[in-house]
Amino acid sequence: MTKMAATRDGYGEALLELAANEKVVVLEADLGKSTKSLHFRKAHPERTVSCGIGEQNMMLVGAGLAASGYIPFASTFAIFTERAFEQMRNGIARPNLPVHVCGSHGGTHTGTDGSSAQSIEDLAIYRTLPNVIVMHPSDIISTKLLTMQLADAGSPSYTRTARNKTPVLYEGRENDIQIGKGIVLLDGEDVAIIACGVMVSESLKAAKVLAEEGVNATVVDMHTLKPLDGTLVDRLANKCGAIVTAEDHNVIGGLGGAVAEHLTANKFAPLERVGVQDRFGESGQAHEMLDVMKISSRYIADAAMRAIARKA
Amino acid sequence: MLVGEAVANIEELEELARKCRVHIVNMVHKAQAGHPGGSLSEIDLLVGLYKTTLRTRPHEPDWSDRDRFILSKGHASPGMYAILAEMGFITVEDLDSYRVLGGICQGHVDMKWCPGVDFSAGSLGMGLSFGMGSAIAGRLDESERQVYVMLGDGEIQEGSVWEAAMAATHHELGNLNVILDRNRIQNDDFCEAQMRMFDIPAKWKAFGWNVKEIDGHNMNEVVQGMQFLSNSNDGPSILIAHTVKGHGVSFMADNPAFHGAAPNDDQYAQAMKELGEVVA
Repeated sequence: MTKMAATRDGYGEALLELAANEKVVVLEADLGKSTKSLHFRKAHPERTVSCGIGEQNMMLVGAGLAASGYIPFASTFAIFTERAFEQMRNGIARPNLPVHVCGSHGGTHTGTDGSSAQSIEDLAIYRTLPNVIVMHPSDIISTKLLTMQLADAGSPSYTRTARNKTPVLYEGRENDIQIGKGIVLLDGEDVAIIACGVMVSESLKAAKVLAEEGVNATVVDMHTLKPLDGTLVDRLANKCGAIVTAEDHNVIGGLGGAVAEHLTANKFAPLERVGVQDRFGESGQAHEMLDVMKISSRYIADAAMRAIARKA
Repeated sequence: MLVGEAVANIEELEELARKCRVHIVNMVHKAQAGHPGGSLSEIDLLVGLYKTTLRTRPHEPDWSDRDRFILSKGHASPGMYAILAEMGFITVEDLDSYRVLGGICQGHVDMKWCPGVDFSAGSLGMGLSFGMGSAIAGRLDESERQVYVMLGDGEIQEGSVWEAAMAATHHELGNLNVILDRNRIQNDDFCEAQMRMFDIPAKWKAFGWNVKEIDGHNMNEVVQGMQFLSNSNDGPSILIAHTVKGHGVSFMADNPAFHGAAPNDDQYAQAMKELGEVVA
């Protein structure tokens, strides 16, 4: 049976390992139990700053620490990072201070809390900021390793993690994980499915369905949306000639947007974007939400067939 | 300190403030844009801070153990550029680059552009949080260095200021200090018309801050106020300085029109005359 784990736990594990670096500090906004920074807090209370329920303040406390040589990791729910967008823009991205923001519980997969908690625009807004690395890893192992790599990145970042468990994909493949490098999980020549986060495992399921119909799909985990691995996108456009993006995020501005922007300026291939169709969510179980939002594996498989049909 | 010395110092500080006022009006006139009002209200405070209290090395602006000064009301940049030039962080010639493409004196103070600037400002309500992070860093470094944040009075209408005010006392940041430029005017009009703030000292006291009020244009009181900040280390402290927006130039003083407007040539000549400067 597939091993399951939550990406937010990967974030928590990474912070604990990063604690060996005395410059690493952790900032919380009353959600450490949820984002999983609590383990760091327990082990290193002197390097953990409680900002209370005050995200705007938290972001800039991070900026002040970063400007004095510290490496702050600040987390809250993805949706609550958004109220501090201008702090992120003017106080962190503009002076290029390496503050690392983690937004947990992103996407409709967050489930029963409903639409107010389901951030479907976080990846898009942070992608518009110069200097900011934007990531949405798919499993606990890649989340841990990518978070650890951020400590040396020297620029700010936004990482979305998920509340609910997803399949563990990278046991034994730890060396493949690197910021800015998409990972080819399955190699096929008919269509390329480029996914992030929860949708990576859904895309692997879709590829299985497609294979039964004689369609060979490539599946890529594009955990880093910015900087986008354009070399890999070019290779997929050349090889497969049809591309699908899959994300638990609005189809506007996220992974689909990033890939579309790249394709229009480079080697072009027909693109079908699977994602939230510019609407808000509602309360439901995680797996139910993927169907309600029409982003589960069968919708990815359908999109793959449409993309193939559009090949010149 | 000997009484005679103190008097001499005060006179020197007042003369320095006069020179800075000349720089401010020059910059805004030359650029035909910018914010003279808040620069003129804050300048006595900046002179007092930089000359008597702030531990810096103008020729080593990135010295890691320097005290930090954060101009949160970053539009009042001419005031800061003036004192940076007089302290030797930048040259008086650099002041000509105010608001000029490629110039180190950006419209709002920016740490990436100008030596001696520790915070990239521009949006109100951000500096105190940044200062709090700087103060926590000082504590983690086991350093005695102090952090000074200048806020405008209109600025404290931003809710994020109060997030930081609450957090600073929770974390008992005795190395964090605020200078509030209480000039009673904001962009559109007098604060009293835009958003009444009632008892400002009581608000900060209620958040757990040490509070002192001074006349922000009386250099003796300014110097005492800076001593209050640097000596109050049992928690965060705020110096509420009662000032007059546009102070030093009669037609700018207490005039909301000069929050963000440049003088024309006639007004410039009059301002220079009032500031005791002969224009060629």
